Amino acid sequence: MSTTRAASEVTAEGTPLTAHTERAANKIFFGLSAASASLILVVLAAVATFLLLEAWPALTDSSGDYLDKVAWISPEKGQSLIEIAGYLIFGTVLISTVALLIATPLSIGIALFISHYAPRRLATGLAYMVDLLAAIPSVVYGLWGGMVLVPFLQPFYQWLADWFGWFPLFAPAEDGTVSATGRVALSASIVLAIMVIPIITAVTREVFLQTPKLHEEAALAMGATRWEMVRMAVFPFGRSGIVGATMLGLGRALGETMAVYMILSVGLSYSWSLLNASSHNTIASYIAAQFPEANTQGVSALIALGLALFVITLLVNMLARWIVSRRSEFSGAN
Amino acid sequence: MEPGHHINVRISEVKLVTRTGVVLTAAALSLSLAACSASNEPAASGSSDTATTGTDAGATTAALSGTLNGAGSSAQESAMDTWRAAFQSENPDLVINYDPVGSGGGRTQFFDGAVSWAGSDSALSEADGEYDAAAARCGTDGAINLPVYISPIAVVFNLPGVTSLNLDSATIAKIFDGKITKWNDDAIASQNDGVTLPDTAITIVHRADDSGTTKNFTDYLAQTSDGAWGYDASGVWPTDKGESGQGTSGLMEIVTGTEGAIGYADDSKAGDMGKVAIKVGEEYNAPSSEGAATTLSDSTVASVNGDNDLAYTINRTTTQSGAYPLMLLSYAIVCQSYDDATEAANVTGFLSYVASEAGQQAAASASGSAPLPTDLSAQVEDILAQIAG
Repeated sequence: MSTTRAASEVTAEGTPLTAHTERAANKIFFGLSAASASLILVVLAAVATFLLLEAWPALTDSSGDYLDKVAWISPEKGQSLIEIAGYLIFGTVLISTVALLIATPLSIGIALFISHYAPRRLATGLAYMVDLLAAIPSVVYGLWGGMVLVPFLQPFYQWLADWFGWFPLFAPAEDGTVSATGRVALSASIVLAIMVIPIITAVTREVFLQTPKLHEEAALAMGATRWEMVRMAVFPFGRSGIVGATMLGLGRALGETMAVYMILSVGLSYSWSLLNASSHNTIASYIAAQFPEANTQGVSALIALGLALFVITLLVNMLARWIVSRRSEFSGAN
Repeated sequence: MEPGHHINVRISEVKLVTRTGVVLTAAALSLSLAACSASNEPAASGSSDTATTGTDAGATTAALSGTLNGAGSSAQESAMDTWRAAFQSENPDLVINYDPVGSGGGRTQFFDGAVSWAGSDSALSEADGEYDAAAARCGTDGAINLPVYISPIAVVFNLPGVTSLNLDSATIAKIFDGKITKWNDDAIASQNDGVTLPDTAITIVHRADDSGTTKNFTDYLAQTSDGAWGYDASGVWPTDKGESGQGTSGLMEIVTGTEGAIGYADDSKAGDMGKVAIKVGEEYNAPSSEGAATTLSDSTVASVNGDNDLAYTINRTTTQSGAYPLMLLSYAIVCQSYDDATEAANVTGFLSYVASEAGQQAAASASGSAPLPTDLSAQVEDILAQIAG
């Protein structure tokens, strides 16, 4: 602000007419950018208000009469909205976390290769490809995942259950079999991982590229190998960036609808087994599936679930900001 | 230290990057939420654009004009496309819109006054207060259910070399409840002499979404399986067993791609998969439009809002020869009287065509639905003629 004012004062000593128009242009530009910035806040507030207002009847229903009219809640079996929300939050977080466990190491590897290992020409091409991957719509990932990837992965799941079934995440059903179609939580996680890899890679790559050359050269000069240099200079410097990128990916994975909607055989339970069908569902996919036939009460209850997702995403973002701000003070760059 | 200066500059750049990251997250978040609210739009917005515009349509013989909006059942969608195209070519000044949002969404839009009629896989429910909601929209005469679309539901399976299986309702119920897990189970084999059944595991496939097809299928199982199906009729699949697919096409994709899979779908969408002939009385009947029509003629009308309200209670336990009680009946929900004469003329004009023999035949050949029995078709036309504007 101060610099622009100084600039206009300089021209003010010249011709008064130009100064006048410049000042007007400044004002207009300030107004436009301020309006754009506040628009974001308005939209966010509007969404939050909408969620709260529409979900209110479902949230404040203490007698159970209101939610009794929702097709997918059966109070006669002791089910409540909270219980369903619990299953869905568990499924959402489980599937997204597994997706991140797969995507983060891969993304860091790709980013590191592009920023520090690959020859310049290959790196440019590869970076372009990664950005291209980010532009593929999720419904295409869903179709591809459901029709090509999932049938391909099914034999691998059986193998996984046969050899690593003792590990809770890979436990088969009681009769020792896994889903015959492969439409299980692990498939959803893998496709989600493929979807978030471009996001995490793009951000970490930029952060790695910012590593001070002097740090890198100092490490190399002390006799460090390339890997030691990466460990001593690049990683400490980029740590907060990696966390930020991962959280960005988590945000996308949590809210992803179409891919999960098209790949997963849904069910409601607190099962840890990623290889059993009809055990998990995510909030976004549940809303998409139940909305078309929902009555007024059903819509309200679904919006309450949407509110839960909103809160989770908000918490994830706040956590990410907190980690980033805390880490940056201790990063190797200081 | 000289390099320190450099480093500080770089740090501010990194902060910029991470900050951009956070902004991007926020943007993505609000985008995904915007998508949520957008999909809610049709149900929530009670706009007033239903008021039909155009010339005074007094006589029913005069060509209709203006805009006619309907919404609801996606089961009716392909038939509705045929009806709209045919009717609009006869009435070039009339624009008919149908939004296949689903039965629940269609009824809500109808109550809100956003559409002139609703397509619905289930009749209005008195228990849920839907007749009252309809009365608030239509005036004291309220709304009525008129059957316009019948379709048999096929139980489909994927067993190479087997195109048809005979099963009674109890066996189907046990299969879908996970009690029978192999295709060569005695319960199946005993009803199918001469069919070679493999030792393949059965993969149950059901709908993941709330659907009219599921509601009719579970209603059939609940009423006919002599207790083998321990659940109530429900649009949401009641168990956590097996696999699930989104919509009819999602379900069919899984059945087609998985050997040993069994599922259920609108007969017109069943493709060339193997189909179960269900036990009715002492015979086994494959899905057919005649069978569905026979079942309907053996069912009772459970009117709530006067004699013109043709809400059916489908007789799932019929033993009539040739009947196929596993069927879906879809309604048009209309007001008994409309404030606007043009709107009334458009609704009755269009739906009279839909219910007419010509309309039913057109839908049958285009979407594989079963035509309404002739007397029912005439009755619906007769009721529509009484609707006042």
